[in-house]
Amino acid sequence: MKKLFTTIILVSLVMVGFSQSGESSIPSIDIKTTNGKTVNSSTFSNDGKPMVISFWATWCKPCVRELSNIAEVYETWVDETGVKLIAISIDDARSMSRVAPFTNGKGWDYEIYIDTNSDLKRAMNVPNVPHTFLIDGEGKIVYQHTSYSDGDEKQLYEKIKKLVE
Amino acid sequence: MQKVLLLVTILLVSFGAFAQLDNVMGGSVSGNFKLDAQTYSPDSIIGADTISEKLLSNSYMNIIYTNGNFKAGVRFEGYFNAMEGYEKQYNGFGLASRFATYTGDFVEVTAGNFYEQFGNGLAFRAYEDRDLGYDNAMDGALVKVKPHDGIILKGIIGQQRLYWEKAEGLVRGADAEFAINSIIGGFAESNHRITLGGSFVSKFQKDEDPTLILPENVAIGAGRINYSISGFNITSEYAYKSQDPSFDNRNIYKSGSALLVNTNYSQKGFGVMVQYKWVDNMSFRSDRNESINNVLINNLPAISKNHAYSYSAMYPYATQANGEAGFQIEIFKKFNKGSFIGGKYGTMMSMNFSRITGIDKTPLNDSTKIGQSGTDGYTTSFLSMSDELYYQDANIDITKKFSKKLKGVFTYQNIKYNQKVLEVHLDVVEANIFIADLTWKIKPKHSLRIEAQALFTSQDSIGEGDYREYGKQDYGDWAMLTLEYTISPNWFFAVSDQWNYVSFDDDIAKKTLLYNHNKELDRIHYYSVAMGYTKGPTRVALSYGKQREGILCVGGVCRAVPASNGLLLTLSHTF
Repeated sequence: MKKLFTTIILVSLVMVGFSQSGESSIPSIDIKTTNGKTVNSSTFSNDGKPMVISFWATWCKPCVRELSNIAEVYETWVDETGVKLIAISIDDARSMSRVAPFTNGKGWDYEIYIDTNSDLKRAMNVPNVPHTFLIDGEGKIVYQHTSYSDGDEKQLYEKIKKLVE
Repeated sequence: MQKVLLLVTILLVSFGAFAQLDNVMGGSVSGNFKLDAQTYSPDSIIGADTISEKLLSNSYMNIIYTNGNFKAGVRFEGYFNAMEGYEKQYNGFGLASRFATYTGDFVEVTAGNFYEQFGNGLAFRAYEDRDLGYDNAMDGALVKVKPHDGIILKGIIGQQRLYWEKAEGLVRGADAEFAINSIIGGFAESNHRITLGGSFVSKFQKDEDPTLILPENVAIGAGRINYSISGFNITSEYAYKSQDPSFDNRNIYKSGSALLVNTNYSQKGFGVMVQYKWVDNMSFRSDRNESINNVLINNLPAISKNHAYSYSAMYPYATQANGEAGFQIEIFKKFNKGSFIGGKYGTMMSMNFSRITGIDKTPLNDSTKIGQSGTDGYTTSFLSMSDELYYQDANIDITKKFSKKLKGVFTYQNIKYNQKVLEVHLDVVEANIFIADLTWKIKPKHSLRIEAQALFTSQDSIGEGDYREYGKQDYGDWAMLTLEYTISPNWFFAVSDQWNYVSFDDDIAKKTLLYNHNKELDRIHYYSVAMGYTKGPTRVALSYGKQREGILCVGGVCRAVPASNGLLLTLSHTF
């Protein structure tokens, strides 16, 4: 037990010693489109414009509120900044076949993928949904936010606008 | 308590250390941590037990180091001691997971702990959900090969996690997937998309049974197809398992099989989904003597709607691996703004129906009971259904925007839930549930959410003649009101009360709960207050109050949560 604690502290210190500033990018994980095609997350791109990656699930009420509220202003967002929203559903084998009819039924215009065993969620260290990342034109994570309260999309949009200024 | 403080200190120190640590030795470090700690006060009215420790906590921290094609990670977990509702075998602290992965264009290799799923998971799925204490991680090796565009081959070998130990059985498996459109040149631009896949998984566990001769190697094979054209999509998987006498099937020597069919069609503003599932004797674990959620090798998804509101989820369904047949249908529709139903801002609607029954089981002969240990158990015909209802759920959901400031979600649901099968209780409970969830935007960043829920169980009777009793099923009726005030992007405050008020208009029902006689739950209030602060990827929340006994489900996995009364602190951060 003691050894373990010592190890952790040593590892932390060593890492502090090597620290410099930089940014993480999107990991390389295979996910699926709603019609079963495998796509690797490292290929996400938006021609040098910002991207929003939002983790959600059909059974998650705050996630659906967030994506519904953004849907109302999404056209304006795209027109003004060229941003693209990628919605990653963590619905598993139980509910993944709901994803296409659910998102189409709501009329969402997002790029939708399914992370059926939560592999990308795990690789991006998402503890719970909803969890939203903002990616700049170079593919670096510049901002992230966990949970959702009505109005949070305004702050997110401020951050998107700053990226394209 | 000291241990908790020590752990918090370590988490904070590490957090401080990693906060600016995105570039380490040419690579980057990322991760997250979460701490839940709760105090427990005994409460005989709601049935909360005395907890000797008074405070219990669960925590974990993931650290991932990435450098080009190389990635390595660890996870520490601490349970001082495991919170109520989690298995006590988790108590303690340690390195729960460590892995290293190399990803090339052609091959990816992982050594150590990993999670993976073949197809829909009927043959193999290693998965974790920390909030549910569910973790059947593999410890061994995972190899993925992409020899050609559209072909993915996977191989796994190792043992599964069982709390701080590993399960006895060795798990070996392989999976192949072929995306036809990418492989055959002429189909690249076709509207028809076909993906084929197949998997084989086998488990080795020694036979040490004193009386029975048990198979030491058990195999499962599965095949799947996915076909899609424009808005239509169909996925189907069939799996077959060789004989596998186990605790789950009470040691019968019967093979098992399962079929899952998912179809959906959608276009802008409209969608429909139909699911069908048939399961016979398909429980498959790394250790034939294990139970509950431990060391499951495969995953048999429940095909009923996964509900989020607490009363909708009061009677949740879980797959019965020993045999079930069922289907689900759901329709989604958007009524555009300006239309009669759509009104000024548009209206969304979804209707969902699912029904699950047992399968037909016939005794092997006159002298053998169905499922008798040491025999072949029973016979059944593929896709058969029995008359015994396990679960039925009919629900409708309407989302309506009334004005720029007011929005609402309204739900009605009728559930039939077989407690005898699902909880080894008494009978089928029928409940009607009404939910209204209103969001009122007071100012651009200030919102008030009002959530009102009510659940009514049916009147029923049990016993005969003079012993006949009349009353409400199970715990009777419930009502709940939650007010949640949020100030974006940082604060939330909530108060909530739920009331188990049984039934007022019926004197007999007031005294009698048919299926839970021992609990005198008449007119109990479960109040709670909560507040939270969120800043970017950091969240701190505090809540105080009483929690009702129930089953908590996230994704497809559920766990029982006992009644409790106390203060709960939750802290989470991603770096």
